[in-house]
Amino acid sequence: MLTAALNIAIAAVLLAMLLSLWRLLRGPAPEDRVLALDTLYINTIALVLMLSIRFDSRLYFEAALLIAMTGFVGTIALAKYLLRGNLMD
Amino acid sequence: MLEALASVLILFGAFFVLVGSLGLARLPDFFTRLHGPTKATTLGLAAVCAAFIAFAAGSGNGLSVRELLILVFLFITAPVSAFVLGRAALRRGTPSMTPPPAPLEDADDDRHR
Amino acid sequence: MLRRLLPHPLLSAFLVITWLLLVNSLSPGALVFGLLVAIAIPPLTTRFWIRAPRLHRPAVLLRLVPVVLWDILVANLTVAWIVLTRPADRLRPQFLAIPLDIRDPYATVALASIITLTPGTVSVQLDPDAGVLHVHALDCPDPEDAIAGIKRRYEQPLGELFEC
Repeated sequence: MLTAALNIAIAAVLLAMLLSLWRLLRGPAPEDRVLALDTLYINTIALVLMLSIRFDSRLYFEAALLIAMTGFVGTIALAKYLLRGNLMD
Repeated sequence: MLEALASVLILFGAFFVLVGSLGLARLPDFFTRLHGPTKATTLGLAAVCAAFIAFAAGSGNGLSVRELLILVFLFITAPVSAFVLGRAALRRGTPSMTPPPAPLEDADDDRHR
Repeated sequence: MLRRLLPHPLLSAFLVITWLLLVNSLSPGALVFGLLVAIAIPPLTTRFWIRAPRLHRPAVLLRLVPVVLWDILVANLTVAWIVLTRPADRLRPQFLAIPLDIRDPYATVALASIITLTPGTVSVQLDPDAGVLHVHALDCPDPEDAIAGIKRRYEQPLGELFEC
């Protein structure tokens, strides 16, 4: 039962990633694209955690944590860039 | 029993992750789009993490709650990302369905320089 | 002495717990190393803190946390329903300006984060001089009511928690 649930869930998350990707490509404003990237990395964390259950491996945890950290820093950097037009002073 | 719980949580989480991205794709302007990913997705991920913990407890490896770290991290960072993006959009005059408040010209990050 | 060693008790506690979760063990070795981390890191970050946050009445957390978690769940279902069924032209998005009674920076950050996590509202801008938090609401037929609700449910307990 868990495997069936996981297969459905993974398909749903992949669909979610496609929707985010569509927004990433479509825009229109740069903010929309950054938001889409932000969503995309959170979707990826969900996907990685699901794969981790699917293949019964604990190795995926570190990957998910690293994606969460780098994703957040990336979003903040991009938003700062939009806010100021430059990153470093 | 735990496996059934994990299955339900997984489906619940996947549903909200999907709704978050659907909101991002279909809502009409940037500020409404901001709502989908910052919370539906966060709740979805919370459910997936809970499923992970339930699954790990059921598979006989003992209780392990370190997936909570991802969750706590996300609950702290998601509002920050949304806030910064929202302010960037206000400052840049991104089109909005409703009249936005006047952007603060002298925002705090410039003041500290 | 204790105050010199641990200038940020809350941060140190958070670091120990984080460390134990990261190594995923409760062994004495992990505990000792966690304590070392908790003592070594706060002094390195003092430049980023205005002052150590202090909880005046931690008991308020017992009341606030369940309310917030419950609101996150319930309101997420509402937003999911809106996203799935409402045509875009029948949305009533609204910017709300919430006049703040709390001034403590930590309380303000907590309030802004809670507002963002409880769906239907995202905080987008803070005017610290005027003490106004600008919030975007996804579907809000009655702005007055929404503002009053946020002030009662979240701001008032946060004020008790962080101030006096």
